[in-house]
Amino acid sequence: MSEHSGSSGGELVQLLTPQGERIDHPDFSYSGSDDEIAAHLRDMVLVRRIDAEATALQRQGELGIWTSLLGQEAAQIGAGRALRSQDVVFPSYREHGVAWCRDVDPLRLLGLFRGVDLGGWDPHAAKFFLYAIVIGAQTLHATGYAMGLEKDGEVGNNDPERDAAVISYFGDGATSQGDVNESFVFASSYNAPVVFFCQNNQWAISEPIERQSRIPLYRRADGFGFPGIRVDGNDVLAVKAVTEQALERARSGNGPTLIEAFTYRMGAHTTSDDPTKYRLDDELEQWRGKDPIERVKAYLSRAGAIDQAWLEELQAESDALAVRLREDCLTMPDPDVAASFENVYAEQTPYLAEQQAAYAEYTASFEEGN
Amino acid sequence: MSQSQTSTSAGRRMTMGKALNAGLRRALEADPKVVLAGEDIGKLGGVFRITEGLQKDFGEDRVIDSPLAESGIVGTAVGMAMRGYRPVVEIQFDGFVYPAYNQIVAQVAKMHHRSRGLVPMPMVIRIPFGGGIGAVEHHSESPEAYFAHTAGLKVVSCSNASDAYWMIQQAIALDDPVIFLEPKRRYHEKGEVDEDATPAPLHRARVVREGTEATLLAYGPMVKTCLDAAEAAAEEGRALEVIDLRSVSPLDMQTVATSVQKTGRVVTVHEAPVNLGLGAELAARITEQCFYSLEAPVLRVGGFDTPYPPARLEDHYLPDLDRVLDAVDRSLSY
Repeated sequence: MSEHSGSSGGELVQLLTPQGERIDHPDFSYSGSDDEIAAHLRDMVLVRRIDAEATALQRQGELGIWTSLLGQEAAQIGAGRALRSQDVVFPSYREHGVAWCRDVDPLRLLGLFRGVDLGGWDPHAAKFFLYAIVIGAQTLHATGYAMGLEKDGEVGNNDPERDAAVISYFGDGATSQGDVNESFVFASSYNAPVVFFCQNNQWAISEPIERQSRIPLYRRADGFGFPGIRVDGNDVLAVKAVTEQALERARSGNGPTLIEAFTYRMGAHTTSDDPTKYRLDDELEQWRGKDPIERVKAYLSRAGAIDQAWLEELQAESDALAVRLREDCLTMPDPDVAASFENVYAEQTPYLAEQQAAYAEYTASFEEGN
Repeated sequence: MSQSQTSTSAGRRMTMGKALNAGLRRALEADPKVVLAGEDIGKLGGVFRITEGLQKDFGEDRVIDSPLAESGIVGTAVGMAMRGYRPVVEIQFDGFVYPAYNQIVAQVAKMHHRSRGLVPMPMVIRIPFGGGIGAVEHHSESPEAYFAHTAGLKVVSCSNASDAYWMIQQAIALDDPVIFLEPKRRYHEKGEVDEDATPAPLHRARVVREGTEATLLAYGPMVKTCLDAAEAAAEEGRALEVIDLRSVSPLDMQTVATSVQKTGRVVTVHEAPVNLGLGAELAARITEQCFYSLEAPVLRVGGFDTPYPPARLEDHYLPDLDRVLDAVDRSLSY
C-alpha cells in the first residue's frame, strides 16, 4: 500500500519530537545553540500572540476577517529564520510568522484585514511581497523573480553575501492550482533559484488533503524533476534545517526544491469559517499533542536553557505587544478616498482623472452647500 | 492636433510584421532590461515570425522560449517585472489568452495600485487578434473589451506598419502594463516606416481621412475596412471622416468629440461582438459629451453575439465595406 497523502509517513524529517527530545537524522541537522532555539521559541510565542489578538479584534468587529496561523508557527518561523537578508519571499495570505521574520510590522498586516489598504508594507524594502489571495498566483511571481535573479548573476557565485534565493509559500489546496503546477514546470525548466514551501495544514477550508492528492505532496516534485522533502512542520528545528539546505541549493545554482511542511491548521480557515461542520474534535486533539511551541518549551526547560522566570518575561512581552497592536489598530486612520484613484496607473488616464475630480466635487458639495 | 506623425523623409517600406520586428529589435537595443518571452518565439521567430532573428542576435536570456503555458508566461513575467525587467510576452493567438486571464486582470492590472506604486508592472502583452485568415476556432477572436474593462491595464492596437513600429516601442517604454493587439490579417500589408520620425503619443487617436458627413471610428484591422468604405462613399459624393482610435483604453475622446461636433453622425466598427463592446462605450461617451451635436444615434457595426463562426462563415460575421456603408446610410437617414 502506497503512502497515504494524509498520513505523515515514514519519510518525515524530524529533529525534535513532540515530547521535546532531540533526535538525529541522516541528512539534516540543526546546529544552532540553545539560545538560538530560545529565540525561535520567542518568535513563535509572539506570533501566536499577534494571531490571537487579531482574531479577537475580528470578533469585536475591528477587522473584516483574519486568517489565523495557529498551529503553523514552527513551519513559518523555521522557514523564516532560514532566510538570508538577500532572499526574497512571496507569501500567500497566512504568512504572518514569515512577515515577522522579515520585520514587517504586524500592524501593516492588520491594515489589509481592517480594510484601510491593500497591503501597507514596502515589498522591496522588506523583501516580502504583498499577500496573494487568489490561490497559487504568487508561485509564478516567485519563479519569475527567481529567473530574474539568475539573469542578474545573483546565483552560484559562491558568495554568501550575494547569492540569493526566492521562497514561495502556499498551502495544500494550492497544489491543485494550475499556476502552482506551471510554476513547477517553469522553475524546473529554467533551473530557477526558488524554494516552494507548501504548508500542508491538512485542510483547504473544508476539503481534506485527500481531495487534493492521492500521493504525499512532496512526491509531486519527482514528476517535475526536482527534489521534494517532507518535514515535520511543527518542528521548528527540522523546518529550519530543511529550508536552509533547500535555499542553499537554490542560491548555489542547483535549482528548485519542494518542501512539504506537514502541519495542522488548529483554527478555522478564516474567522468566517466553522470547522465544526466538517472535521472531528479527535483529530484536533491528536494534533494538540504535537504543538510546535510546547515541544520547544519542553526541550529548553529540560536542557536548563530557560526557566519559569524566562517564560513569564516572554509572556509579559507578548502581552505588551498585543496591547500595542490593539491600540495601533484602533487608531489606524481611515484612508483618504483619493487613495482609490491614485496609482491605478503609473500615468493616470484622463477619464480616471475626470472621475476623481467629479467625485471630489460631489463630496465637497455636501460640505459647503448646506 | 491629432495628426502629429511627421513624415519628412520617405522611410522604408515594410510589412506590419517586419515593422513590429524592427520595433522590438530597437527596444531590445535601447534597454537591456527588455526581455521577450513566449511560445516558439526563439528559433522559430514565433508562428507569425514577428520575433524572427531576435533570439539569434540577443540571446536566449533575452528572447525566451517559454513552456507551453500562458498563465505561466504572464505570471513569471510579473516576477521578472518585480525584479526590474520590462517583459514583452507574446500570446500566440487571441483565443489562447484566457488561461492567463487571472494573471492579467487580478495580478498584472492591480499590482501597481495595491502596492501604492511601489511595484510597477511595465509589461507588454502582445496578442495577434481578430479574424479574416480562415483559421480554426480560437484563432480569430477579439478580446479587447475584457481588458479595456479592467482598471490598471492599457489597451492599444496598431493598424499600419508605421504605428506598429512606433507603438510597440512606446508600449514597452511605458511604466503601465499594455495589452498590445496586433491585427494578424494585416501583418503582411506594407507601409512606410520612417525610423527617424517623431511618433504621435501612444494614447492619441488619429484622423486618417477627413470628411464632413459622418465619422467612422475604428482600430486595428477595421481601420483599413473603414478607409475602403470611405473611399467607396467618396465615389458617391459622400465625405466620411475616419478615425483610427489606436488606443482602446484610454480612449482619446478629445479627437473623437472634435470630429463628432463637426459631422454629427457616428458609426463605430470593430470585429468584436457589439454587446458591451467598445462601440457601446464610445456611444455612451459620445452621447454624454456631444449630445447637442448628434444628428442621429451612434450606430454600431461589429461581430454578432455568437461564438466566432467556422471560417467558411466568417465573411458574414466580420464587418466589411458594405455593412459599414449600410450603417452610414441608416445614420444619414435620420
